[in-house]
Amino acid sequence: MNNEMVRIKAENVNFYYGQKQALKNISLDVYQNKVTALIGPSGCGKSTFIRLLNRMNDLVPRTRVEGNIFLDNVDINRGQIDVVDLRRRVGMVFQKPNPFPKSIFENLNYGLKVNGCKNRAEREKKIISALQKAALWQEVKDRLNESALGLSGGQQQRLCIARCLAVNPEVILFDEPCASLDPISTRYIEELILELKRDYTIVIVTHNMQQAARISDFTAFLYLGELIEFGLTEKIFTVPTQKMTEEYLSGKFG
Amino acid sequence: MLEEKKIIDLKRELIEYAALVEAMIQKSIMGLQERDAAMLREVMQTDESRANALEIRLEEICTNIIAQHQPKGKSLRTLLMCLKINNDLERMGDYAVKIVESSLFLIEQPQVKPYVDLPKLAEISMQMVKDSVNAFVNEDVALAQNVCARDSKADGLSAKILQDLKEYMSEDSHTIDRSLSLLRVAGSLERISDLSTNICEDVVYMVVGKVIKHHAALIES
Repeated sequence: MNNEMVRIKAENVNFYYGQKQALKNISLDVYQNKVTALIGPSGCGKSTFIRLLNRMNDLVPRTRVEGNIFLDNVDINRGQIDVVDLRRRVGMVFQKPNPFPKSIFENLNYGLKVNGCKNRAEREKKIISALQKAALWQEVKDRLNESALGLSGGQQQRLCIARCLAVNPEVILFDEPCASLDPISTRYIEELILELKRDYTIVIVTHNMQQAARISDFTAFLYLGELIEFGLTEKIFTVPTQKMTEEYLSGKFG
Repeated sequence: MLEEKKIIDLKRELIEYAALVEAMIQKSIMGLQERDAAMLREVMQTDESRANALEIRLEEICTNIIAQHQPKGKSLRTLLMCLKINNDLERMGDYAVKIVESSLFLIEQPQVKPYVDLPKLAEISMQMVKDSVNAFVNEDVALAQNVCARDSKADGLSAKILQDLKEYMSEDSHTIDRSLSLLRVAGSLERISDLSTNICEDVVYMVVGKVIKHHAALIES
């Protein structure tokens, strides 16, 4: 497990919403080209943690982060960090598909323009490639100018993944990406995540333990803001070292 | 990785394990026939520890797939079969080692009788091992049933060997130790063919979901 290359390193991370401490001393490594899943009951801090990895919590007032989060050995909370560039490098896909109320094409075009890709032909090339990688191209290639809101839930979520891929990220954060999808669309997204890990590093928050078991390489179990156990998914799900992990996995609480 | 792909990989590893066990049985008999102590020792010194490691690895893979994917239907039956076949192969490997132990004693002694039925029994047993694993991998019910049918042949040969050796022992008590060792070899081969039959009964269950062991088919009808 330690032969893998660490892409993101969290060290003694504490996080507060006002007075309330939501994360307690979390240290965790995210490995390159692996899927790392965060599991735990509601309110355990898994979404809070994943949102720290591209500083999405900056947008929440009266919050405070302590400790260090390194992306490729650079502390993302210190010094001259361009947050827009950080969020390009560490992309995010949310629980509910949130396409822009624009055409399918514009959904991807926008991010590319914001990120300074001025050449239209080049943008088109990148858009096609992103739609292909997100396994959506075949379904939308003849309707790129139609509204993204006309797509099904599963398609919208793949469009959001494509939008994230278009700007060429290195890490992709998924915050319960299948929570609002049916089983077939869920399977599509899961297969897609397994494909994507060849080129990207992936962190996924999921309420669905079985999803974590199926698709992740590493699993972190959080409870009440603490990291209870972190390790290889196949170990966590067969021989966890912590009694609390065992009980959560067997449905005794949470 | 997807469940389907993991099961394909698992089957591949199981084939490797079966091939090793088959080779162990073959060496244990060939070593006896050719009085080749080095070949016999190889089974105990090299092959057995490899077989043990493979057994543990296969069990781990099966456990992980069950924990991570909660397979259902045919995938579940396949995994349960893999666990049982893994167990059967491990025991076959143990029998090969038993044959080696007896053989190491026998090759130091004059031969009690020409080896005629024993190589035949070995041939049948090894082919049953090979075919049972092939039946599993290719989900070949016809082949599986064919293997089950061969078990009586193995039993017949084993009984004949026992009968012959009884005669030798009653004629000359000096042959008792060697005869008993030979009996152990024959008994091990016969058990190996039984275990192959077990695998094949499980193959039928895996493919068609029907139990045929313990003469269940007869009881049902």
